[in-house]
Amino acid sequence: MQNTRQPLTVSDLTRKIKQILESGFPSIAVQGEISNFKHHSSGHLYFTLKDEGAQLPCVMWRSRASVLPFVPEDGMKVIAGGRITVYEVRGSYQLDVQSIRPLGAGELQAAFEQLKQKLGSEGLFDRDRKRALPEIPRRIGVVTSPTGAVLQDMKNVFRRRFPGIELILNPVRVQGSGAAAEIAAALDDFSRFGEVDLVIVARGGGSLEDLWAFNEEIVARAIARCRVPVVSAVGHETDFTIADFVADLRAPTPSAAAEMAVPDRRELLENVADSWYRIKQAVVDIVSNQKERIHNLLNSYAFNRPVDILRQHSQHVDEVLRALHRVAGHAFALTSTRQRSLDQRLMALDPRLALKRGYAIVRKDGSIVNSARQLHGRDAIDVEFQDGTVRSTID
Amino acid sequence: MGAKKKETPGTFEDALHRLEEIVQRLEQGDVPLEQAMQLYEEGIGLSRLCAGKLKNAELALKRLSKDAEGNFSLTDEKE
Repeated sequence: MQNTRQPLTVSDLTRKIKQILESGFPSIAVQGEISNFKHHSSGHLYFTLKDEGAQLPCVMWRSRASVLPFVPEDGMKVIAGGRITVYEVRGSYQLDVQSIRPLGAGELQAAFEQLKQKLGSEGLFDRDRKRALPEIPRRIGVVTSPTGAVLQDMKNVFRRRFPGIELILNPVRVQGSGAAAEIAAALDDFSRFGEVDLVIVARGGGSLEDLWAFNEEIVARAIARCRVPVVSAVGHETDFTIADFVADLRAPTPSAAAEMAVPDRRELLENVADSWYRIKQAVVDIVSNQKERIHNLLNSYAFNRPVDILRQHSQHVDEVLRALHRVAGHAFALTSTRQRSLDQRLMALDPRLALKRGYAIVRKDGSIVNSARQLHGRDAIDVEFQDGTVRSTID
Repeated sequence: MGAKKKETPGTFEDALHRLEEIVQRLEQGDVPLEQAMQLYEEGIGLSRLCAGKLKNAELALKRLSKDAEGNFSLTDEKE
């Protein structure tokens, strides 16, 4: 019989209950509606969570209440995270609340507006905080779910548009409790890792609740302190999250983020081909000018001498053209007509033909002489003909 | 002629910028012939390098991993 046993004191019993309850519910999430909400002057929050059948007293201590992203109100449906504690003096138990997440569209919207207001007033959304993305990134960090269409969509865009990158995944859960903390930690990882040029934070479409992690303050702060530019790509075009406001660039969708993060390789290829063409053209022009100068020089006083010293610049031109042909040989598979006509013009300038006609090249100390003023009495020079070199001396 | 200059640009972006620079320099027209030749060689080399990189590039997918001491490493990510 129970009453023959040694009775417990109230304190002993309460202690046992406390032990059982506190070890039994060390970390729980409870869903309910807020009532009797009181913001005590001490800074602590007291309220009751209730549903149709029961009530649960709750307390949120000042240190946690101060970082709450929104102000709870009576009637709000929320999910409160925390642990059960027993208050022995009153013989009551309560939920020691560590986090509160709004539940339901109205609550979420209110919380969203409150956090937006708060971070906005801190300047986190300011235009001058936004960093430019690198022109051509080498490594792109991605914070998203390792499974599902989002990563696949982005990979497809990168493959098509600019595959020359390393995509570095830091996988996270993108919804549900704990998702926000994982996303924030993944961003911090990339910050510490340091060797990425930008980070894309991405998630596919979903309800406001599904996207909620991206409206949480820890994610916003992690984006703000990230050491490399962050692109947010959450949900569809019409979804705006707090993460979008803090990010350096908001992309309407994950695929769009991939588009915005890299240049179009076809455009770059066209630019490179254009550069190649312009370089060839410019050198042709330079060579032509040089030929003209040679002709002018030929008519000048210094060259009223036997044919051997004449027209020495041709060798120089020849060297250039040989280099042109050697280097350009297989450079490009471009076969445009303007390219071919350019090649023909280069061939027409070939000074080997000129050497055969009696042109020669003069060198002094191994350098090409391209002005009569470079030569003085008794200078030793080498004169190169099409079939060999002769050493001679200036009178 | 000087020793053949071997440019090893740090990044693809650097290579593209250098290429632009060479085009501009050559198009100014007042380049001595020997320098023009060097620029030409370098420019054609860079065009070829850039075009090759653009044509042959393949997307690499890695995963960022962290060990117990918080050191990071990259591992190949399976498709």
